[in-house]
Amino acid sequence: MSLLETRGLVKSYGGTRVLDGIDLTIQAGEMVCLIGASGSGKSTFLKCLNLLEPVDDGQILLDGVDIAEPDLDPRPVRQRIGIVFQSFNLFPHMTALENVLLAPCRVHGRRRQDVSPEVERLFTRFGLEDRMGHYPDQLSGGQQQRVAIVRALAMKPDVMLFDEITSALDPELVGDVLDVLRTLRAEGMTMVLATHEMGFARELADTVCFLDNGRMLETAPPAEIFTNPQNDRTRAFLARVL
Amino acid sequence: MPTRREIFERRQRRRANLIAALSTGAVLLAVCVLVPLSPGWESVQRAFFNGAIFARTFPGLLEAFLLDVAIFAWCAPLIAILALALAIARDLRAPALTPVRLAATAFIDIFRGLPVILVIYLVGFGIPGLGLPRPWNSPYLWGSLSLILVYAAYTAEVIRSGISSIHDSQRAAALSLGLTETDTMRYVVLPQAIRRVIPANMNLFIALQKDVALLSFIGPVEIFRQAGVYKSLLANFTPYVGAALIFLAVTIPATRYADHLMNKQRRQQQ
Ligand SMILES: Nc1ncnc2c1ncn2[C@@H]1O[C@H](COP(=O)(O)OP(=O)(O)OP(=O)(O)O)[C@@H](O)[C@H]1O
Ligand SMILES: [Mg+2]
Repeated sequence: MSLLETRGLVKSYGGTRVLDGIDLTIQAGEMVCLIGASGSGKSTFLKCLNLLEPVDDGQILLDGVDIAEPDLDPRPVRQRIGIVFQSFNLFPHMTALENVLLAPCRVHGRRRQDVSPEVERLFTRFGLEDRMGHYPDQLSGGQQQRVAIVRALAMKPDVMLFDEITSALDPELVGDVLDVLRTLRAEGMTMVLATHEMGFARELADTVCFLDNGRMLETAPPAEIFTNPQNDRTRAFLARVL
Repeated sequence: MPTRREIFERRQRRRANLIAALSTGAVLLAVCVLVPLSPGWESVQRAFFNGAIFARTFPGLLEAFLLDVAIFAWCAPLIAILALALAIARDLRAPALTPVRLAATAFIDIFRGLPVILVIYLVGFGIPGLGLPRPWNSPYLWGSLSLILVYAAYTAEVIRSGISSIHDSQRAAALSLGLTETDTMRYVVLPQAIRRVIPANMNLFIALQKDVALLSFIGPVEIFRQAGVYKSLLANFTPYVGAALIFLAVTIPATRYADHLMNKQRRQQQ
């Protein structure tokens, strides 16, 4: 059984179908990259996956259980599916450490001194051990984004969603953040990544999905989709970005 | 070596300062020369700017002002607490809490819509008029309550504007971690919102300090009333000028500080 699966996912904003029947299957340990033009629905799809946006129709199966059920409590799902945003969205009034500790303490009800050691290990692993006491505005964009990743990881999610997490970064900071993704990939984290970094998708993805106007037009391993795209629109898109 | 631009700007700045000094000096000179030349000046000076009376009444005024400060000091924290509760209550979404939301909305509409002095009269005369026993008939109590009601309504709206100024992505980030709506409000939205509205609320509290003088209409002998007593006693308006100076000594620095905070915040947001 797949870890996460969508069937005919539909989402509209004021009459326009932003997601128009998306089918996608994600296996445990898999890394899926979503590519597509701006406005094609990548962010919306990711937000639907962890129920930040209510879905209009279709199913989302997490371990076979439909979580798109409208009257379902979204909180347990969100604890299992972490998301990192393009604009970091760290809480500016808290230090990096407090940002990360908030959810384990409030949501899991754990004590600060119990969580701290494992959180500090996460900071160390991503080269942030001397930045724990800093406020977000004292950190570079790349450091902020890594703290945001640590914050999501501290909840020990089964799946991580990344929404163009390097797009807001200066080019020289992108590498550090991509290294974090490489580490997670090596550890077998299940990940869904909306990205404009085609080189990175090619290097690490198991599956690349091309999204166009809310439809998943092509789904294939990177070697196929980048060298021999089947769909005309995929070909046109890749010709523009590569 | 200064650059050409720096030399130019320095010359410009010197010119601007010179013009500003000359024009200000001219206006001051005109005021000092022309006002005393006006026919009524002598009597105005005697009635409002009498040095001897000023010196005699000032200590008493200062003492009366302590009561204004005290009233302010016990009203301010209660206003902050009530305002926070109102701001939160107005945005409650749970259907069961609809009556709370409606009550908060009505409260804010009513007390923002009434002149402060009217509320002070209605509450300050009306409630003790019920024939309550001491200490429940104290004008201090009901006068303070009037100020609290009115200013909590204003402050609540300011806090609400702060809450809605926090970008939705902050809420999304908190919710995505599995936090409840309540925790999201308490740990993520409110701390930022309150910080953001501190300057605006400071301006409200400066206004509150001034409006404490309105309580004099229902009894408490605070500075404005004390000045009135001196005026009747000495048949001279100078005590009012003294009272005005005391208010300004508090409100001008406070206003400047609020402006400073506001500017600092604007710079940070850029
Ligand atoms: N909250 C919203 N209300 C209305 N329309 C929205 C909302 N969020 C997104 N949209 C619309 O949905 C469409 C898909 O947006 P989405 O952000 O998912 O695209 P994207 O593929 O992530 O684009 P980008 O590469 O620019 O991030 C766009 O046309 C956008 O205007
Ligand atoms: Mg997007």
